[in-house]
Order: sequence, then structure tokens, then C-alpha cells
Amino acid sequence: MLRGPARSPRDLVGGAPRATYVLRFDGRELPASAGQSIAAALWGAGVLAWRTTRENGAPRGVFCGIGSCHDCLVTVNGRPNRRACLTPARPGDTVTTQEGTGRAELGV
Amino acid sequence: MPNSASDGVPCDLAVVGAGPAGLAAAVTAADLGLRVALLDAGERPGGQYYRRPAPALGAARPEVLHHDWAAFASREAALRAHASAGRITHLPLHHVWTVVPAGAELLLHAVAGPEEEAVAVRARAVLLATGAFERNLPFPGWTLPGVIGAGGAQAMLKGGLVLPGRRIVVAGSGPLLLAVAGSLAAAGATVPAVVEAAAYTAYAGRLPALLRNPGKLGEAATYGGALLRHGIRLLTRHAVTEAHGSDRVEAVTVARLDRQWRPVPGTARRVPCDAVAVGHGLVPQLELATGLGCATRLGADGAVALEVDARQRTSVPGVWSAGETGGIGGARLALVEGEIAAHTIAGRAAPAVLVRRRARLRAFAGAMGAAHRPGAGWPGWLREDTEVCRCEEVPAGRIREAVRDLGARDARTVKLLTRAGMGWCQGRMCGPAVAALAGRDPDPDRRPLSCPVPLRRLAELPAEES
Ligand code: FES
Repeated sequence: MLRGPARSPRDLVGGAPRATYVLRFDGRELPASAGQSIAAALWGAGVLAWRTTRENGAPRGVFCGIGSCHDCLVTVNGRPNRRACLTPARPGDTVTTQEGTGRAELGV
Repeated sequence: MPNSASDGVPCDLAVVGAGPAGLAAAVTAADLGLRVALLDAGERPGGQYYRRPAPALGAARPEVLHHDWAAFASREAALRAHASAGRITHLPLHHVWTVVPAGAELLLHAVAGPEEEAVAVRARAVLLATGAFERNLPFPGWTLPGVIGAGGAQAMLKGGLVLPGRRIVVAGSGPLLLAVAGSLAAAGATVPAVVEAAAYTAYAGRLPALLRNPGKLGEAATYGGALLRHGIRLLTRHAVTEAHGSDRVEAVTVARLDRQWRPVPGTARRVPCDAVAVGHGLVPQLELATGLGCATRLGADGAVALEVDARQRTSVPGVWSAGETGGIGGARLALVEGEIAAHTIAGRAAPAVLVRRRARLRAFAGAMGAAHRPGAGWPGWLREDTEVCRCEEVPAGRIREAVRDLGARDARTVKLLTRAGMGWCQGRMCGPAVAALAGRDPDPDRRPLSCPVPLRRLAELPAEES
């Protein structure tokens, strides 16, 4: 049952993560907790957008949160089009904002 | 590499989905002596409703994020017991992408885990408990970062223990909004308002269904109490008609609606916020079912659901449905339907108490669905340049043009003319909106594959099945 009020989700559920990591995002170092998705780690650091669209170059991030909308696509360790909401954050991951199709280097 | 891909692991019953319906069904069927395979896209049972933080996040009290936790915990314990006794084969992280008839049996094809291994399961009976996803109606600015699905906000909170902002407007329609607002506030967010497009007075005409569901009244009181405790305003018959900001949402426009959900001129006001959680109810997830040819119907909520008989059977022999696939009704109804399905698959009569409970909960779900069904006037808050299809960035103006000038009469034709619904999500996000703009009720979902499948897995299928 809902309790509250707490100051953060962590306060609400208590406990502590088994480990914390550093995630590199566009040249910045961000903290991540073991068990978080890349999207959750980015949200935790206040980052809401990590992709620009193919047509309008508009910023996007999480929308559905469960893997259906594909709005959260991101480049992880050089691999484009990963769904950030489903991809676990791993120690030392390098995440970069994905522009357009994420395949600019292919020149297509 | 399982060479059994074409033979399949044999069992009496294959359950697709380990949310409340699938979990209850698997456990009950195993209690009744059936050999069960439980396939689920998730890592742990519970579905979206009972989504929990990963164990590595070390949450000491994950249950505070949930209602009715005991109902889930007891069934999860039963699942573990059955699994270790070999009565249930639990296959987590398995995405079932198609089900095909194989003689007197059915063959389920899945991709498993990050390596996308091919796995097949062969069963006498299949229970589809694939649940639902969120219905979203577009509005200007809904693609801005910080505007997220209400269910998405809930999923990110329950699964990742994170919030999208500090000041979050919750908007759309349906009882999920109250639950979402309550959990966001409990987790430390400020919720300036819950903006609900329907009028709760719509329930007044449904008093009998409400009174027969004291549990639901109690739930409503819990949500109402949470809103009061956190000082959250509930604005009914209002909508967020625009989100403002350049790189992320900074404010929303909230307007009063008439009975048709048309914004009333002169009632717009601005509410500052740094996130918006928005959703307009849920729609059943039916690809596997429609792929098998299961008959569908239009529910009171305006969404397509499976036609299901008193025993929870679909129109296709050997295929059962439980939970949201047969119409949105909530977790308690899903549990009951899962148990009824399990009894009938085991060749028994379902206990009368379950049948009565199902009737009561369904009556309530019908009342709720009708009350929150989107009003015909909602496209009134779209501008010509409002993106309707998020993937292909197709604005409302292009869709209206396809309907008005090019004669498109359904979502399929609109899709061919504009590419709306052709992108990554395959119309999951824009489907209901495109159908409404085409002036039609939504069509049953028809997607050849229910999730992304590597081409090499398709190539491995025996020719007669493809
Ligand atoms: S947020 Fe929708 S797929 Fe990740």
C-alpha cells in the first residue's frame, strides 16, 4: 500500500543498490545503480533526451517505458538503436546521443 | 542451439504472459495436474502491474509501490514451488512472436534472452494473457522530452526507482491516473493536478455496478485519500491540450472540455511543470491472437478486445484468453479469469464463486470503460502541425488531407498514403488516434510479428509454417 510522503523513490522503498557505476554520456560522467536500465540511469541524472529524430531533428527520450514505442533509441558502446528503457546499464558503458537513424557513419 | 525448434518442448498448456492472469492460470493449472510452460517477455513474473525493481537495486520494501501485493506474492510462491517440482517450466525473457497450429496441437515460437535464441513450445492448449498497452491521444507538444506515458512513468518508477522530474502533471483519462499520481507523489514528486477528461459523474448512472463492487469503492477511497494527503487537485472534464517548452516540457495548457471532449474556448490556463505523465486508458495487446484468427469485438471503452466465451475460450479451438486481452478490467479480474481458464482447460467446471466474481468485476469494468471512452471531439485539440505518428513524424494535417482529399476511409489507407503507423512501433502509439482521424473505430491489430525477430530466425522456420 502506498505510504508517503518520501523525498525520493529510494526513500520510499528503502535499502541500497548492490553496486554503483559510472556511465559515460556524451562526454559526461553520470552515476548509475546496478539493476537500472540506461534510461533509468539517465533520468536519475536529470537527462530526459538522448536522441534526435530523422526528419525534424527533434529531441526524444523515454515515452512508453516498456519497450513498445522505440522513442528511447540510443547508441550504446557504438551500437545504435538500442532501446534505453530495456537495456541494462553496465559499468563503464559509453552512451551517446543518437542522431537520426544512428547510422551516419555508414553514409546511408 | 535447441534443435527442437520445429518439434517444441511438449506440455499440456502453454501460457503466454506472466502478469496477474497468466500467473494465476499457470499456478491453478499446475495445481490441477497439468504440465505447464509459462513464457514471459519479462525477467520476473508480475507483468506491468506487478513490475518490481531489479534485485540489484536492493529495494527493502518494493511492495510499497503496489496494491494487492499479497494476491501476487502467494501466487509467485506457488509458481516457485511448481517450478522446482517440475510441474511448471517458467521461461522468462522469452518473446513469443508467433503461434501456429501443428496437427492437433499448437506450436509457439519465441526468441529468448539477449542472444535471441530460437525456442519452440508445443502444447495442447494455449492461454493468451498478453495484457495491454497504453492508449495515447496526441496533443501539441506531446513529443517533447518530459511528456511520457502515465504507464511509462509508473514502469520507470517501479522498475528503475526514478522520476522524470520534480513537478509532474498527470493527465488523460481512466483510473490508472489516480494510481500513478499517488505513486509519483509518494515517491517525492509534486503533482499539481490530475487532469481527467471524463466526468466522474458518468459513474452515477452505473451505481448498481459500483455498489456490487465494494472492493473497488475501497480502492477508489485509497486513491482519493492519497490525493488528499498529497494535496493533489483532481480536475475532471479537463485536458492538457498543449505542452510547452523547447528542449523539454516547461508548462502545459489545461482547458475545460465539453461532453464531447472538445476544449471550451476561453478556459485555457497555463500550469508550470517539468514533466507530464499522460494516458487515455489501455488497449488489449492482440497480435498473437489475431494472427491465429481469434474473433474480436469492440468494447465499451472503444478498444478492440477478444471475443471470449464463459469458459474463457476464444473462437479458435485450443486457444484461451484471460485478463486484459478479453477487455480491460484490471488485475483482480485478470486473476479470476486466469483461474477460470485453468479449470476449463483441465476439463473441469469453474468454481461458482469465481464465476460470480467475474460477473461482478466485468460489470464494473464495463461501466468504467464507458465512462472513460474518449469523446468524439478530442481531435479538436490537435493543430495541423501536431505530430500524430511519433516514429514517422506525420502531422495531423497530412492525415486529415489523406482523409479529406485523397479519400482514405480507414487507418490502413491512411498508413499507405502518409506512413503514419509504419515506423518502429508499428502503429502501437498512433493507431487509435489515426483511426479516430479517419472517422473509424479502430481495427483489430494485425502485425505479422508481435515483437522484433532476427531475420535468421524467420529463415529457420520450416516452409509449411511460413
Ligand atoms: S521508452 Fe518506449 S521503447 Fe523505450
